[in-house]
Amino acid sequence: MSDPIIQAGTPTPRSGDEKPRPGMSERSIGVLGDRKKARLDELARASASDRGGISLVRDAVRRLRRNPVAIVGAAIVGLFVLVAIFAPLIAPHDPVQRFDELTKNLTVDSIPGGSSEFPLGSDPLGRDFLSRMIHGARQTLFVGVVATLIGLALGVLIGAIAGAFGGWVDVVLMRLTDVMLALPSLLLAITLVAMASRSSQWTVIFAVAIVSVPIFARLLRGSMLAQRESDHVLAARALGVKERNIVLRHMLPNSLTAVIVQATLTFAVAILDAAALSFLGLGDPDINRAEWGLMLGVDGQRYFEVRPELAYYPALAIIVVALGFTLLGEAMREAIDPKNRR
Amino acid sequence: MSLLDVRDLSVVFQRRGERPFTAVDKVSFTVEPGQTVGLVGESGCGKSVTSLAIMGLLPKRGNKVTGEVLFEGTDLLKLRPDDMRDRRGREISMIFQDPLSSLNPVIPIGVQVAEVLERHQGRDRKQALRESRDLLDAVGIPDPGRRLSEYPHQISGGMRQRALIAIALACKPRLLIADEPTTALDVTIQAQILTLLKQLVDETGTALVMITHDLGVVAGLCDTVNVLYGGKVVERAPRHELFAHARHPYTHGLLNSVPRLDSPRGERLHAIRGSVSDNIPWVEGCAFAPRCDNVVDACLEGPPPLEPTATGGDLRCNNPVSEEVAAR
Repeated sequence: MSDPIIQAGTPTPRSGDEKPRPGMSERSIGVLGDRKKARLDELARASASDRGGISLVRDAVRRLRRNPVAIVGAAIVGLFVLVAIFAPLIAPHDPVQRFDELTKNLTVDSIPGGSSEFPLGSDPLGRDFLSRMIHGARQTLFVGVVATLIGLALGVLIGAIAGAFGGWVDVVLMRLTDVMLALPSLLLAITLVAMASRSSQWTVIFAVAIVSVPIFARLLRGSMLAQRESDHVLAARALGVKERNIVLRHMLPNSLTAVIVQATLTFAVAILDAAALSFLGLGDPDINRAEWGLMLGVDGQRYFEVRPELAYYPALAIIVVALGFTLLGEAMREAIDPKNRR
Repeated sequence: MSLLDVRDLSVVFQRRGERPFTAVDKVSFTVEPGQTVGLVGESGCGKSVTSLAIMGLLPKRGNKVTGEVLFEGTDLLKLRPDDMRDRRGREISMIFQDPLSSLNPVIPIGVQVAEVLERHQGRDRKQALRESRDLLDAVGIPDPGRRLSEYPHQISGGMRQRALIAIALACKPRLLIADEPTTALDVTIQAQILTLLKQLVDETGTALVMITHDLGVVAGLCDTVNVLYGGKVVERAPRHELFAHARHPYTHGLLNSVPRLDSPRGERLHAIRGSVSDNIPWVEGCAFAPRCDNVVDACLEGPPPLEPTATGGDLRCNNPVSEEVAAR
């Protein structure tokens, strides 16, 4: 034991509570050589900077970066978002343009395959398949984001009202969500789309959004109820904070983390549901819109024996993107779990 | 007029299909301006429920509060909820046991102090934050400017309790109720927090109701002590009187149970036999009777009354510990 102080790994002193007692620390440092003293200073500095400013978000981000699952998920999601945003720049052709040189030898039995100008070949209408795939990312991102945001907003509203008011309001709202949860989500979405008089992109988005509302609502309501019984809410009451502020500033912000993680997972489900609706022919009837579910459902199915890629690529894209969001969501859920905090 | 005059305060918890449970049973005590009053007793004796009832913070359903809580002559129990809310934090404040869970984890410390100033003193955010800095400084938090923007989990337990004290005293209330403010802290920090509380109530003239099960805290801080057992006050005495000659067998037993450094080696630690679950209902007799060494027949013939003693306190006992034994 050459330098007992360092080896003992003394816990870092918390400034403020213990006033340093003169005599003591000086005496113990006094026996150390200069080199040891410098090392001690270094350790003290390191632990001081370590302590500063580890917020929940930063802590979660730090843990996410160490998690390979999160990295893979984030990479897939990142790539997907980039492709979606820059689709017009990346795509070699206009996704709706029909090319004469492709339609020339286009028959039911032979749809042109890849060439240098059209890497993935053509779809049955002579449009560049790669460009349609790339623009499909854009469409998918749009549907996923909008549907998730709408579902999140409605779910948070319902959950917050139920959790804040409690009593019969809570009972009524929660029984409503029970009814929605009792039906399989896709079946409910199909019903909602079928109820709409005219099918469009927005009926799909709304159907997918509504399906996710009860999940958000229940989740938020649960954590709101837990917050309501928490000490800091009681302490806020003891300070005369108004009920409105207790809900908005104390209960709601402390309940949101779980819901935000759920949003990532919901995004994956939204993409899958939207694709499923398109696949079933319940989506947007516009044949020019490049949409993975539609591409899979119409061309992929019809020409599967001739050109299976027409089914493989959209299906693969849907699976990979949904997987990416699920991985990221699960990793986030783990990262913000307070039990994993150090 | 007393600052706080609690008269016959009772809290009965009643849940459907269950027998009503009387947590606080006709408790009366007074607090004079600037005075420090202790409420002492073991877990489940009704200390915290008493404080929550005074603050009007008991859940709306499932309980019945009767009696009077006169604060400067106004019965707090009869106030409209909005009026009571305006007084909480401004005229009466409270600090709780666990300093970590009593702070909102997602809001910086400074904003939490500022919030109460904005609420009760009509300050704007900027001004409130400036004052918060001084308040944090006053409770001995070092580098208060930096702490303003830090979150509760970033500061130590002792500092959190200091921050909570700053919040509770921000509006210079006339009464502060402290519900076991040092229980969650380790011993050295406990001493610091108690010293701080004592210093602050002396400086500001705030009256303090100290709720605790720790007789050491009482010895250091309280002017008058109320000992609660089974929801009733069983003994009330000025601090020195209580520690010099505790007359109630329960209080006497508690004081004897405190381990002493000067007790002979090998002597067994004293304990009060049985546990709270042995209590009999007060209507049948003295709730403490089954555990009492001094029990007499009268103890099982209805509740003994709270009677004034010769030394200026009150005592609820048929057969109190004799003066000679108590003085030992």
